[in-house]
Amino acid sequence: MRSILGVWVVACGLLVPAAQPLAQDREEATIRRGDEVYQYWCATCHGAGPGHPGTAALRAKYKGARPAVLEERTDLTPRSVRFYVRNGVSIMPFFRKTEVSDADLDAIAAYLTPR
Amino acid sequence: MAIPPGVSEQDWADALQQFERIVDRQWLFTSDDDIALYRDAYSPVWGEPDERLVSAAVAPDSAEQVSQVVRVANQFRIPIFPISTGKNLGYGGSAPNLSGSVVLDLKRLNRVIEVDDRRHFAIVEPGVAYFDLYRHIQERGLNVWIDCPDPGWGSPVGNALDHGVGYTFGAYRDHFHSHCGMEVVLPSGEIVRTGMGALPGAQSWAEYRYGFGPTVDGLFAQGNCGVVTKMGLHLLPAPAAYQNSVVTVPRRRDIVPLIDLVNELEHAGLIGMPNYGSAFGRFGPPNPELAELLDRPGGASEAELERFVDRQNRGAWTCQLQFYGSPGVIAAHLQHAKDRFAATVPGSTFRDGELLRFPLTPEQMTRVRRVSVGIPNMEIFSIGARTELNPSPSDGHLWFSPIIPKTGEAVLEAQRVFMEAFRDLGEPSMVSPFSMPATWMYRAFIFIMAFPISRTNVAQNQRTREVFRALVKVAAEHGWGEYRTAPVFQDDVMAAYSYNDSALLRLHETIKDAIDPNGIVAAGRSGIWPRHLRGGRA
Repeated sequence: MRSILGVWVVACGLLVPAAQPLAQDREEATIRRGDEVYQYWCATCHGAGPGHPGTAALRAKYKGARPAVLEERTDLTPRSVRFYVRNGVSIMPFFRKTEVSDADLDAIAAYLTPR
Repeated sequence: MAIPPGVSEQDWADALQQFERIVDRQWLFTSDDDIALYRDAYSPVWGEPDERLVSAAVAPDSAEQVSQVVRVANQFRIPIFPISTGKNLGYGGSAPNLSGSVVLDLKRLNRVIEVDDRRHFAIVEPGVAYFDLYRHIQERGLNVWIDCPDPGWGSPVGNALDHGVGYTFGAYRDHFHSHCGMEVVLPSGEIVRTGMGALPGAQSWAEYRYGFGPTVDGLFAQGNCGVVTKMGLHLLPAPAAYQNSVVTVPRRRDIVPLIDLVNELEHAGLIGMPNYGSAFGRFGPPNPELAELLDRPGGASEAELERFVDRQNRGAWTCQLQFYGSPGVIAAHLQHAKDRFAATVPGSTFRDGELLRFPLTPEQMTRVRRVSVGIPNMEIFSIGARTELNPSPSDGHLWFSPIIPKTGEAVLEAQRVFMEAFRDLGEPSMVSPFSMPATWMYRAFIFIMAFPISRTNVAQNQRTREVFRALVKVAAEHGWGEYRTAPVFQDDVMAAYSYNDSALLRLHETIKDAIDPNGIVAAGRSGIWPRHLRGGRA
């Protein structure tokens, strides 16, 4: 996302300085919200350290080939994040929209997706 | 989107329009994708015709909106099924008993209304999770603990209403027992408050549960006479310190004095929840000698098991005793426990844990079972999840939860009866001669078992259901009944409570008909169906 913004900045010249901070602010606000929602709904199972069954399950699944802690992953896509939250996997249930709204799900996806 | 049973298309359209007007379009869910999120993720009938599916979901954000939604449902005779946080996994999740019901999703009623750390109570709405209440208390530095069940995302209100349980002292970990006062929307839409709450301007709603006159709160727990929108909860004064100690008794027959003594300590208020175990139980490493004994036709005799325990020299049974209070009180209670065991069970030994003073350091937090010290978490979900030893995880689990007496004799009998039942069913036993019960109930044991559930293997789920129903009957033949179960088994379990030609169920039905004549609230909950859905029974 950041590299696309960079090209746009160069191409649009003087119009950009006003627009760029707005877009960046929005993106940062989304990511901050994603962090907040992630810590509330996801980190209790997928956090680092002992006592996190999601992390333990992914450690057993990937056996070191990928990080077990979701926040350390660099291969997650918004689509995969949305899929697992709305479909669940193994003993992880899916989440209703009164728990994680579509907007909050987009924010989690933005937070977990490499920038 | 399915139309609720018995509702015309026009009435359905009118009802949806009115729901939308009450809660706003955003909080009415009717698309297939949205209502699929209300399926029971651990359903034992996943993808089968008997799976309980919903027709829509509506999410009000206040008791007044709940009342308006219920009035509309009552007008159009739309079946509704209230959920709090909808996390009753293993016992039904967020799915209704009656397919086609509209889920009344109370997650947006998420206010902590009051926490008092001088009188030790809270008043909360049903969408509040244990995590929320814990955080509310921590952020304000309040001097109270909550008693939480295993999954911290559950609702204190919903958990109490399904007779859920926790981990500290008996009076607190029986969550319905520790509730105090409710606000309830009746099927007519009328809002009532129970106990002292019925008195306008009440000063002690969450402290004195009876108020005046008959106590009706029980009608709303595992029941279908209304929608609870507020609840008072008793909270535990925060203790200064915690310590546990594990007592080991040497002989198999010591299970009888072990449980009697622990009962004495617990019922006198000297310990919190005891945790029983055995070096040879299901969580211990497999023992080849024991496996050989059990694999023989007819299994092992008591004498053979006793000799096996003697040869192993690791003790037969253990119990982790949990002490709370000031260090001086803990030391005195622990010494008393040691004195009583020394006088009663020869050869018993104690292994003391570390004395932990609150607040815990982050490092100490990693060494304590957090639910034992009132800290909600999600560790329970390691059950069935993928691990090194379990490379093929299940898609959920189903709890079989029979209540048995709190004695050593009853535990040995339950082991024998259920092992025999599994043998008769031709199934691998989930019980061994060293299985111990769960101790969440204050005055009884739960001889709990977890059956794995699959979202892809229908044949496995069908067999699980057959075994489950057979075990319900076996348990009932021995005077044991389940305390809680998923919707698909609630008729079976209620049928076991059949004293005097099922007089209790008939009483429930009489009350149901009087309070909810149109049968709109949680039809079928606990096997209590409204008149028009009772089949051949009047």
